[in-house]
Amino acid sequence: MSTQVETPPAGTSRPSWLSGPAGRTIGLVVALVLLAVVGVITGGERFASIDNVMTILRLASVTGVLAIGMTFVITAGGIDLSVGSLVGLASVWASTLATQTMAEDAHWTVMVLTALAVGTAAGLINGLIIAYGKVVSFIATLAMMIAARGLAEMISGRQTQVVSVDGFLDFFRADLVGVPVLVWIFALVAVAGWFLFNRTTFGRRTVAVGGNLEASRLAGIKVQRHLLYVYALSGLTAGIAGVMMLGRTTAGTSTHGLYYELEVIAAVVVGGTLLIGGRGTIVGTVIGVLIFAMLTNVFTINNMSISAQNVAKGAIIVIAVLLQQRFARRSTST
Amino acid sequence: MVDVDRDDAASPEGADAPVPLLRMEGIVKHFPGAKALDGVDLDVLPGEVHCLLGQNGAGKSTLIKVLAGAHQPTAGRIVLDGEEVVVPHPVAALGRGIATIYQELDVVDGLTVAENVYLGHELARGGFTQRREVAARTRDLLARLGHPEISPHREVGGLSAAGKQIVSMARALSHDARVIVMDEPSAVLDAGEVRNLFRVVRALTAQGVAVVYISHRLEEIREIGDRITVLKNGRTVGRDLPAATTPTAELIRLMTGRSVEYAFPERPGVPDGAPVVLDVEGLSLADTFQDVSFQVRAGEIVGLAGLVGAGRSEILETLYGARRRTAGSVTVNGRRLRAGSVDAAVAAGIGLCPEERKSQGLVLDEPVYRNITLSTFARIARGGWLDERAERAAAREQVTALDLRPTDVDRTARTLSGGNQQKALLGRWLVHGCDVLLLDEPTRGVDVGARSELYGLVRRLADAGTAVVVVSSEIPEVLGLADHVLVVAEGRVVHRAPAQDIDEHGVLDLVMEGTAA
Repeated sequence: MSTQVETPPAGTSRPSWLSGPAGRTIGLVVALVLLAVVGVITGGERFASIDNVMTILRLASVTGVLAIGMTFVITAGGIDLSVGSLVGLASVWASTLATQTMAEDAHWTVMVLTALAVGTAAGLINGLIIAYGKVVSFIATLAMMIAARGLAEMISGRQTQVVSVDGFLDFFRADLVGVPVLVWIFALVAVAGWFLFNRTTFGRRTVAVGGNLEASRLAGIKVQRHLLYVYALSGLTAGIAGVMMLGRTTAGTSTHGLYYELEVIAAVVVGGTLLIGGRGTIVGTVIGVLIFAMLTNVFTINNMSISAQNVAKGAIIVIAVLLQQRFARRSTST
Repeated sequence: MVDVDRDDAASPEGADAPVPLLRMEGIVKHFPGAKALDGVDLDVLPGEVHCLLGQNGAGKSTLIKVLAGAHQPTAGRIVLDGEEVVVPHPVAALGRGIATIYQELDVVDGLTVAENVYLGHELARGGFTQRREVAARTRDLLARLGHPEISPHREVGGLSAAGKQIVSMARALSHDARVIVMDEPSAVLDAGEVRNLFRVVRALTAQGVAVVYISHRLEEIREIGDRITVLKNGRTVGRDLPAATTPTAELIRLMTGRSVEYAFPERPGVPDGAPVVLDVEGLSLADTFQDVSFQVRAGEIVGLAGLVGAGRSEILETLYGARRRTAGSVTVNGRRLRAGSVDAAVAAGIGLCPEERKSQGLVLDEPVYRNITLSTFARIARGGWLDERAERAAAREQVTALDLRPTDVDRTARTLSGGNQQKALLGRWLVHGCDVLLLDEPTRGVDVGARSELYGLVRRLADAGTAVVVVSSEIPEVLGLADHVLVVAEGRVVHRAPAQDIDEHGVLDLVMEGTAA
């Protein structure tokens, strides 16, 4: 992290290899390595083992998927507070289907698709309210966060619904070349997100709209429609995360994903995506998620309380944002 | 002793010749790359309404910002009551009794009238605001301004623009202001409210307060003003002119008197057979402009001239779909455009280079090439996959064609100068290939050298068959560049003529005297 301070901001001079996004990413990697060194020193073998690495990655996977969607939302100049609640809603909607109404012969993928559809639909509602209703994203998604959690409780009757569909459970229990399926899903979403963000017109629009909404509109970009899609995408990642929670815990409950939105936003911001929009990084987000997961892991290995972890996480968020602001000030003062 | 002398000097009956309350001498203000003020003198007597006249860019705003402490002069002296003063920041100006009422009124809508009046110098005892005291004093101030009907407890957001102006003036009085600067105070008011404003100004001057009054409207200046100072290109070019009797022709000559000549390209003339590309018919936007009709043929440049606030930019933005028209139609190449849809306008072949390049035109932190391809990256892309190599190539082509500097297309747009930012926007529409180009204040913030270059570029675009509409508050620019000129005043087209049949004098006459009706 400390190398980030030394990195001259892009835009003030000819972009060199170190001053660009690559330089900021290196700062994050250094922070991750430092954290790993602390883990090795304090945890020794218990930290530096393949099993533990997989534990960290599994820990990172659900919030990681959400963070990919959130990177798009924040880069587009918005925020999505509803993703945690949508994880709960998608999981209970799917588990209700699985435990109560799903016919014996229906394939378990129907359950998965249901969760994805629920998440996407909720995201579309967010997008409609924000893009066309012109409600600020903070308020619109705060409302969705409250309402979706309530709906999840109504659907599940506050019961934990154990999923006993064998195909589904087998799928999520499986490893592929020693890597859990959950981690594979995170990796796939991250890679797809990277391409979407950096290589497609969708990603370009996201950066343009977040960087200057009015200029994008006057250039002929359909900004309202694009914002709708961005929130739908975030809803879709919440649906995927809901399925992952079902697979990991073998049960759907309305409390799945509680407070995830905060962790996700923190990871995205620590990763270097500007909260004011216009600049985002998928690689940074992935590293940000890993930093938080590794931090949790290091603390857990050393038998330190969740409370202490939270204090450390809070400090990390503040430091990261302070660094970001220094960066933003320098790049706008030219 | 010194104090006694100063008191004598300040009192109007202390000397035979009236002693100025405020004197600004040889004020010079340099900005990086531009000389905004180049030796301005101004003297203001107690109890007078002193009018400041000048075209856009003459330096009026800079001058009053120097006086208000918002800018520091590079050279020159400010003498208040015979004593040289330095005004390092706005609070110091208020402390000296100099208050400025800006056009965009700086009141806080969510606070009450009294809270606004005492904003920044709240009366408090032990941290608690003295609500009753504040209300009583505010009531007195409002009464002095002839508006006892405004309750100190009303929320300012609910007041009209005129009401907010009164609140600003009450705030000025609360600082015991002796000089009140009003920047185009009538611009936001209707005729009845202007009467009211004049009553207030007379009440202030009767109490010995000096008012520096900035307005474009000559008939107002004649009615309320005592003396006029004329600025042009950052210099005082006319002083101590009696407001009531100085001939209009004389004032206009002082304001315009040529000194900077731009090289405008030749007008080849629009061929007779050139098709009408843009047809605007009865275009209206409620409360802003009414019934604007004009046609632009391929290869023709049409200019809209008029003062700021006349509705020129709004006309462009409405025909572009950025604002939803309330009546009329816009037709491009025979296709009628959907109202309120920018992407329909862009798809039909219209491009806009907006007035505020930084906030409306560019994504400042994105590289130049992405700004150039902002309207076309999706078309250059293949099936949704960006083709950045082709984008860079397209951008480089425009950089070369427009002589945009520096030539590195990976720099962020923020680092470009004003003229080169404008070229990047032109490049955007050249890549897109549009039939109609709308240019709103194309040379604002562009240094003098780059202007002639831009004029040449615009003319070359027209020669290539583009229909161009230019809006500018610099009348010579419109007259020099356009083939055909529409004069806009108060949201209406008041005159139209071929550019060679009208001069700057005529345009100013139309917009200044024409608005009185």
